[in-house]
Amino acid sequence: MTNALPGTSPEKLVFPDQSPDTTYQDFLRNNQFCIQHCNECQNFLFYPRLCCPHCSSVDLEWREASGKGTVYAVSIVRQRPEKGGDHNVVLVDLDEGPRLMSRVDGIPNEDVKIGMKVKASISVNTDEDGDTRMVVFREA
Amino acid sequence: MSERSIRGKVAVAGVGETTYYKRGQSPDAEFLLGLKAIVAACDDAGISPKEIDGFCSFADDRNDPSRLSAALGIKEMNLSSMQWGGGGGGAAGVLQNGAAAIAAGYADVVVCYRALAQGQFGRYGQGPQVPYIQGERAFTSPYGLMSPAQMFAMKVVRFMHEHGIKQEALRALSMASYHHAQNNPRAVMNGKPLTEEKYDNSRWIVEPFHLFDCCMENDGAAAILLVSAERAKDIKQKPAYILGAAHGSGYRAAAPVHNSGDYPSSNFSTVAPHLYRQAQITPEDIDVAQIYENFTGGVLMTMIEHGLCKPEEANDFFQLDNLIAQGGKLPLNTSGGNLAECYMHGLGLQIEAIRQLRGQSTNQVKDAKIALAAAGPMVSPVSTIIYGTEDTL
Repeated sequence: MTNALPGTSPEKLVFPDQSPDTTYQDFLRNNQFCIQHCNECQNFLFYPRLCCPHCSSVDLEWREASGKGTVYAVSIVRQRPEKGGDHNVVLVDLDEGPRLMSRVDGIPNEDVKIGMKVKASISVNTDEDGDTRMVVFREA
Repeated sequence: MSERSIRGKVAVAGVGETTYYKRGQSPDAEFLLGLKAIVAACDDAGISPKEIDGFCSFADDRNDPSRLSAALGIKEMNLSSMQWGGGGGGAAGVLQNGAAAIAAGYADVVVCYRALAQGQFGRYGQGPQVPYIQGERAFTSPYGLMSPAQMFAMKVVRFMHEHGIKQEALRALSMASYHHAQNNPRAVMNGKPLTEEKYDNSRWIVEPFHLFDCCMENDGAAAILLVSAERAKDIKQKPAYILGAAHGSGYRAAAPVHNSGDYPSSNFSTVAPHLYRQAQITPEDIDVAQIYENFTGGVLMTMIEHGLCKPEEANDFFQLDNLIAQGGKLPLNTSGGNLAECYMHGLGLQIEAIRQLRGQSTNQVKDAKIALAAAGPMVSPVSTIIYGTEDTL
């Protein structure tokens, strides 16, 4: 069912049939890292949204991301081994523009540095509830 | 913005605190702690609790004014106000709101208060224990970012990276609080001095925060009584006047997910100019500063965004000798603050600012006339206030 937001031009502002979060997850399940592109102002967006934070347009289109990015900030969360141990967390500026939170796999936490070029991949985590997928990065 | 100002219109009449406890160790219920602090503030001012007619709090305090009014025997309640924001970002805003109400004529005797008994109600520093996640957390929790320390760490890392600020600057901020706590018998960390070695060897919580960069978790209560400048002439204590107050944040400061344009910021860059405009002073006029340490990195950014230090001078400025009451350039957190006195969501820091202007601090800064007290760096909204003695009016 498609619903127009009351008080707006119905042909312009239309809710999609499912939430953009769900669409994002559907792409991940299909092994695709997709982000939204605004066809009005040509900016890319992340996290998934109903309208563009730059120009408020609702003319958004899903496109596969290049996966290329640069580490903007990094930290190491310190935890006891029984709680999962230390792990890094990063903010990555995608080449397309948006910034997203993630982690860098494959190298020691201490070696993850601001300015490092990284490439996205999709991590699959399986437990009793089934598969969950998330975007992680490796050094490019 | 207008040229209207709260300057000199409202004064602090009284301050009150309970004993400060480690988290979960208060023998009293949270509500009783709140009552005790309010009554202590009234005693301090020489004003009967029954004369309170306004209540202001922050940080989603659980002790609501109607219940407090009944317990205190308040004749009539004319104001009940809550500053938005879950953490300590409102610790100065609560006073701003109370002062505004007095200046507007809504109430005559306003108490600003915070009571906290985490043993009774659960911990703050932990991540939420919930069966599912939604909203912004859906994009942070999968990467292991749960607690406030983890949420703020990368702002500080990025800020330090951009300005070449070293870990030693954070260490100096931590050590200043612990230094002052050793002279303050109210301080939970009184008798537990911190050395450089102890700091360096302490465990990491989340980089760049060692254990000693993070605030404590405490039980207790604090209260501040506000009256008009006219009424302040008749109180027991030397009044501390509010010279200026401001709260808020900049453009998309809280944009999810960690997407604010000015990411490495304490969120004071748009707020501090309003503060100085109201107070009609410059950063150089400040004699003593009480800056909320949720984490030391927030103090660093708050002081820089208040113009107390240039970012390129930070490594030289943030040295213990510069920050202590005993001859430092800018004495900081002279009670021990949230790190070493008590984490009452920053209201203890407000009380310490007032104490300095009365000449009653256990780390008294000589001839202190103007005190800055900023609250809750890196959250939104943040708040900040400047107090002055009668000489500054």
